[in-house]
Amino acid sequence: MSLLEIKNLHVEIEGKKVLNGLNLTIEQGEVHVIMGPNGSGKSTLTMSILGYPGYNITDGTITFARDNISSGTELNTMPIYERARLGISIAYQTPPEIRGVKLRDIIRIAGSHPLWNPHDEPEENVATPLLKKVGLNPEQFRDRDIGVGFSGGERKRAEIAQVFAAMPKLMILDEPDSGVDIDSLKTIAIDLGEYIKEHSCACLIITHYRHILPYLKPDIAHVMCGGKIMKSGNPFEIFTRIEEKGYCEYLGLCPPGIRDEIERGMEL
Amino acid sequence: MSWKEELTKKAVDAQNKPAKFGEDIDISRFKKETSDVSQVASMNRVADDIAENARSVGINPDEDNRSGTFFQLDHSVILACQKKEMEGVEVLSTTQAINQYDWLKDYYWKAAAVDADKYTSMTELHQNSGYFIRARSGARITMPIQACLFIGTQGLVQSVHNIIIAEEGSELHVIAGCTTHPSVSSGMHIGVSEFYVKKGATVTFTMIHGWAEDVDVRPRTGAIVEEGGTFISNYICFKPVRSIQMYPTASCVGKDARVRFHTLIYGSKNSLFDTGSRVFLQAEGSRAEMTARVIAADSSRIISRGHLIGEVSESKGHLECRGLLLSDKASIHAIPEIEGKASGCDLSHEAAVGKIQQAQLCYLMSRGLNEDEATALIVRGFLDPEIPGLPEHLKYEIKHTIEMTSEKVM
Repeated sequence: MSLLEIKNLHVEIEGKKVLNGLNLTIEQGEVHVIMGPNGSGKSTLTMSILGYPGYNITDGTITFARDNISSGTELNTMPIYERARLGISIAYQTPPEIRGVKLRDIIRIAGSHPLWNPHDEPEENVATPLLKKVGLNPEQFRDRDIGVGFSGGERKRAEIAQVFAAMPKLMILDEPDSGVDIDSLKTIAIDLGEYIKEHSCACLIITHYRHILPYLKPDIAHVMCGGKIMKSGNPFEIFTRIEEKGYCEYLGLCPPGIRDEIERGMEL
Repeated sequence: MSWKEELTKKAVDAQNKPAKFGEDIDISRFKKETSDVSQVASMNRVADDIAENARSVGINPDEDNRSGTFFQLDHSVILACQKKEMEGVEVLSTTQAINQYDWLKDYYWKAAAVDADKYTSMTELHQNSGYFIRARSGARITMPIQACLFIGTQGLVQSVHNIIIAEEGSELHVIAGCTTHPSVSSGMHIGVSEFYVKKGATVTFTMIHGWAEDVDVRPRTGAIVEEGGTFISNYICFKPVRSIQMYPTASCVGKDARVRFHTLIYGSKNSLFDTGSRVFLQAEGSRAEMTARVIAADSSRIISRGHLIGEVSESKGHLECRGLLLSDKASIHAIPEIEGKASGCDLSHEAAVGKIQQAQLCYLMSRGLNEDEATALIVRGFLDPEIPGLPEHLKYEIKHTIEMTSEKVM
């Protein structure tokens, strides 16, 4: 059984069709890249996999199997937190700020640990090593409110610490390379690459750039447009061709109307 | 006319005067008299059911980490003592203090007006004691004094008059817990509290309310802060109540006086809160900071007021209210007011009221929490008491109390 199997997925947001029969299969330990112009449905795809409310599946299925022995579980109507507990974890592009909720506690929650209680655990020992691992000084960041006053790079690292804590079967990285300087990007990418290899964790990366790909060694890239995957293939070849030609010309077969959407740069 | 007679006359004149804010309560529907309860030697002689309830509002029945204890059950002061080793601090019933100290007339009703409304009037005319706490000049009482005002009789009105004096250069911390016996469902509490923070003195006052659901509460608080003095007042109420209306007021009368009000309210069921704080900045270099974090659940209604008055230049104040609505039937009305009366006073306010953002809930849920767990985490985070200026152990103590209270309620 494949880890994640998406068949003929149709999703609407407030009555508007965004995904139009998307198919995608990810096996255990595979690394997939998704790219596509703004408005092509990349975010909708991730939100639908995570189970966000408001993303209405009108047709098709999403199934997830913890390992290759057990049969897949249909996710379509499963609440967000149950999907997280099954082993799906995301590093958000722009996580919200939550005042009063400490970074150490959300890392602990992601790893199914109770909130930190100094009486039972004088030295915090769940979030601390993970913060170190992603290059955030635990002394400084343990007690910080989630996201409040974080720089772009700090935000990404904090997200990745939570993903590591969850030990997922499938990690989704939503633009892990946006708003991060080159040096930070490299260390983040190295961390991620090592983790993926070590835990043979499957990975779905949404990105517009190729910088982190050498560290993550993707198996395949998909190009989305108009709520579907239009092309799949060797990630480096696809990037090279898109960089040369842009999405429109590369895809060539954009149905009428979609091209306009691309040009309007509509963000969903 | 003696000073006492003058006060009585003023009080009589104000007997039917409604308060400016809050529902006008008919005091006559409450019982004024109840039987006396005899004194006890220490907190561990207080009946278990009473002690347990007191614990939920921050009163430590073992008296550990406390410099002294005051306990009033209905109208009877059953305990008023300070630990022997605590020099320079005094805990008495107000009734006894007035008999003992002639000079107390210079403080009595000087920070709060006896004729402010029918509740202050009631307190003067039918006073049921209250506490007198004094830190002598230079005494640093780092461990808090605990004071409990307890209603044990159904339908009783309890009206107390508290006086807290921190003499020059002293430091005093008070935890005041007010609650009712589990057998009590309705009643009324009127608490007049007067604070005198002398030159260079520091007072922190943390009041924790945990009333029964049909109790009306009308605290009346005034504070006078002298040169270089600091007054920090924390108010915490997480349990449902019929109504609470209060507007504690502090005046910075001396140079560099500082006042901080911090309010944490979790309104639930049909509770009606009309709370706020007011600071008069009357001397150069005086500073005030007021923050309120209020949550309205179920059908509760919260009015969160604040009033900053800058009367001199070189004074500074900030007022902040954040409200979180957990129900469509609940409401929060923030009314911040700032009033500058001198050029060079620096006053500001900010207020925000809203619901928990869906994005925050989904974020926490995608880390494995269900919706209720995620909501609870956000609510607790919202009420996280980051109160600057408190000693570390007191901060821990308050946090612990809040956690205990919130666990029971939320």
